[in-house]
Amino acid sequence: MRLGANTYVGGALVGLALSVAILAPWIALYDPVMDANLMNAELPPSREFPFGTDAQGRDIFSRIVYGSRISLTVGIVSQMCNSLIGVTLGLTAGFWGGWWDDLVSGLTNLMLAIPSLVFALAIMAILGPGLLSLVIALGLTAWSYSCRIARAQVLSLKSQGYIQAARILGYGDLRIMFTQVLPNILGPLIVIATLGMGGAILSEAALSFLGLGIRPPFPSWGSMLSEARDTIRSAPWLSVFPGLAIFFTVLGLNLLGDGLRDVLDPQSTTRRA
Amino acid sequence: MSSPLLAVRDLNIALKGGGGIHSAVEDVSFEIGRGEAFGLVGESGCGKSITALAVMGLLRRPLSLGGGRILLDGQEIQNASAAEMRRLRGSRIAMIFQEPMTALNPLSPVGRQIAEMFVLHQGTGWTEAMDRAEDALRQVRVPSPERRIKDYPHQLSGGMRQRVMIAIALACGPDLLIADEPTTALDVTVQSEIIDLMAELCAAKGTAILMISHDLGLVANMCRRVAVMYAGRIVEAQPAQAIFATPRHPYTRGLVDSLPRLGERAKRGRQRLREIAGVVPSIAAYPAGCRFNPRCSAVTDICRTTAPAITPLPADGLVRCHHHG
Amino acid sequence: MAEPLLTLQDLAVHFQVGSAFGGGVRTLKAVDGVDLDVAPGECLGLVGESGCGKSTLALSIMGLVPPTRGQVRLNGHELSKRERMATARTVQMVFQDPYASLNPRQTVRRTLADPLRLHGIANRTEVDHRVMDMLAKVGLRPDHADRYPHEFSGGQRQRIGIARALILQPKLVICDEPVSALDVSIRAQIINLLLELKDELGLAYIMISHDLGVVEHVSDRVAVMYLGRIVEQGGWQEIFEDPRHPYTRALIAAIPDPFHRADAFAKRAKAHGEIASALDPPAGCHFNPRCPLKADRCVSEVPLLEPVATGHRAACHFRERTA
Repeated sequence: MRLGANTYVGGALVGLALSVAILAPWIALYDPVMDANLMNAELPPSREFPFGTDAQGRDIFSRIVYGSRISLTVGIVSQMCNSLIGVTLGLTAGFWGGWWDDLVSGLTNLMLAIPSLVFALAIMAILGPGLLSLVIALGLTAWSYSCRIARAQVLSLKSQGYIQAARILGYGDLRIMFTQVLPNILGPLIVIATLGMGGAILSEAALSFLGLGIRPPFPSWGSMLSEARDTIRSAPWLSVFPGLAIFFTVLGLNLLGDGLRDVLDPQSTTRRA
Repeated sequence: MSSPLLAVRDLNIALKGGGGIHSAVEDVSFEIGRGEAFGLVGESGCGKSITALAVMGLLRRPLSLGGGRILLDGQEIQNASAAEMRRLRGSRIAMIFQEPMTALNPLSPVGRQIAEMFVLHQGTGWTEAMDRAEDALRQVRVPSPERRIKDYPHQLSGGMRQRVMIAIALACGPDLLIADEPTTALDVTVQSEIIDLMAELCAAKGTAILMISHDLGLVANMCRRVAVMYAGRIVEAQPAQAIFATPRHPYTRGLVDSLPRLGERAKRGRQRLREIAGVVPSIAAYPAGCRFNPRCSAVTDICRTTAPAITPLPADGLVRCHHHG
Repeated sequence: MAEPLLTLQDLAVHFQVGSAFGGGVRTLKAVDGVDLDVAPGECLGLVGESGCGKSTLALSIMGLVPPTRGQVRLNGHELSKRERMATARTVQMVFQDPYASLNPRQTVRRTLADPLRLHGIANRTEVDHRVMDMLAKVGLRPDHADRYPHEFSGGQRQRIGIARALILQPKLVICDEPVSALDVSIRAQIINLLLELKDELGLAYIMISHDLGVVEHVSDRVAVMYLGRIVEQGGWQEIFEDPRHPYTRALIAAIPDPFHRADAFAKRAKAHGEIASALDPPAGCHFNPRCPLKADRCVSEVPLLEPVATGHRAACHFRERTA
């Protein structure tokens, strides 16, 4: 099977971000929180501090390395919540139809009509800042895409002979949904999930930027951007490097998502006996 | 005898893909006389439809003309420019497809789509063209054409849509009508009516037909001569009745024998159907020698190594088999 | 006569189509008062064109579409009182399209083994044994078991579809156009296979097809359906040698006859015009707008399915007229 170069680039970027997050203690040069030293405040990139230092004299490189843990955790966990909610709702709505479908479709449209960030903001306002609230807020507000895709896929599969055959063989609804339908719609759902992770990382950045995300002094890419707001002219490295980290991770996820779209097509594997 | 209306000589069509170039159609030759109905029969993937596309000048990537000549009235058209082919299509060669819904414009009333042919190819004004479109609908026996003319394709049944397609195809009195599985999507009782209509109109207008189908019986019923294709080659051509009565190629014989024919059981009781063994080869895996050899019951060594040459039969017939008997 | 395996009594399946907003709800009478039975080991040919209701009829026998009126009895049990799992072990189905009817993500083994486990056969060796046995019965090799559907040709896929239908050892198999999506040179293989399995396993079939050649070849009895109603039924010989309903004659006349042996018959018997919509069927006999024998009575009065000979019934006011 041939993969586009984009998929490899995307996979490499995502792989890099993941390894940085896992290996953070070994990669980081300094402690991201404790090694503050006002003598070193706002130093430009140098051999000693590759990405420069912030207003408290902490090493930006180390903070980005540790920040990847938070960004990726938020991205992956919240998107898993979204996928779980969206796929469950979409699968059952498409399969059963009727009033349940009407209800789910209505809810989906409602969610799509309100910007999910506004929704997340409201939830954050109630729960207060913090990692757990971030995951909850972002994990409950962006499931409408997975839901729509799942529902549309189920509708197009429902009339296929093998679904009918499963009913005739005595399979129950849940068994049909999980053994016959779900494996055949997984491809586009994984693509959506990958793209959604990028979205969640951006949302985390936005919420942290607005001061609703991760509480200082712990670093997340968004909160680092937020803190760099005032010094964007005098010390641009404070905002450029976290910005680039977000940019490359999200780019990687999007490229990977697009690439997977082609890979996960069941017909693209070997043909004929 | 004067030159035939359409002559296809040694047509080769190449298919690029799957990491190589395959021969989708190989050395296909046939002639169709003026007003003659000619049938091209074969299974899916045998190359019959792309042969028709080649005649229409509609081969697109990954298909390309690999060689051979196509002559319309003695003039080569295989290298004609796109503009020349556009002029030919519709005015001299017309085509109807299996699924009329995909060939009709869903956003335009059917009357307009017929009238367009007169405007486009004969420079008629729209008012006159619409009148002639109504006549054309009447000719294909669409009931109350004055009302139907304003209908959109989705408002018509499958059979009615195919009638509209026939009206469009025959609007400018083409010399040749190519019909690619024109009734496969229709019900049997509607199918026989459409076939009758097509045959009748073409006979009245002197239009020749190239009928393409997987249904040997249907084609033999309508056409004077029939050619059978298998895996990209014509394996046999004979007058329609002879192909049923005395099929010469094992594949044709297999087809004729394998299908339960109405009335057989009453005469002879239920006999086990004679099967053609094996599966239809895919284009990337055509066997060497005679392409039918892995499925043939009369296979010998030479069949596996050497492609059989064409043996002429009486009445412009041919067979491509080492053991035609 | 033995107790019938399947009995349909005045079966009707109506659907409400359209919405309450604009246009209003209309009733589609997909199946409209069908009486039919199938004896064990018998093959009933069910003939009809699109919209005649044969697919709905099949689904309601399987219990997937509830009847609006009438009864479906299988082994003497009424549909509403039937247990789903028991139904699955009694009646199964072979589908038309061998490409859409197999799950592309399941190996052949899983497709055949899962139903067995679902129906309580837990012993691994027995499951394996039955899967392999079934593969052999439908003419597939043991090493085919671990392949995916896309690795097979259309004919082989249909064999897998047949194996799936037979794995629970049903008594009745509904074959819905089992060969019409296959290449012509493959059809005879599948028809022969179905007939062999019928004899070997003592199966009853309902063979749904529009191909009269196939129906005549395989059927013991034949029923002809038009717009939701059975218009003629009888032994295969009576239906094909002495058809009494003009629609049956039209179907026979529509078969291409390369030797033009029966031209005169074909001219007289061919139907004209199109099949009406099942949403808006003609009054009286549904076939009347296309019928060469049409009289006033055909519009005002619905003809009942009445006997012309033993076991041969036709729903035509002029059933006594022979062609």
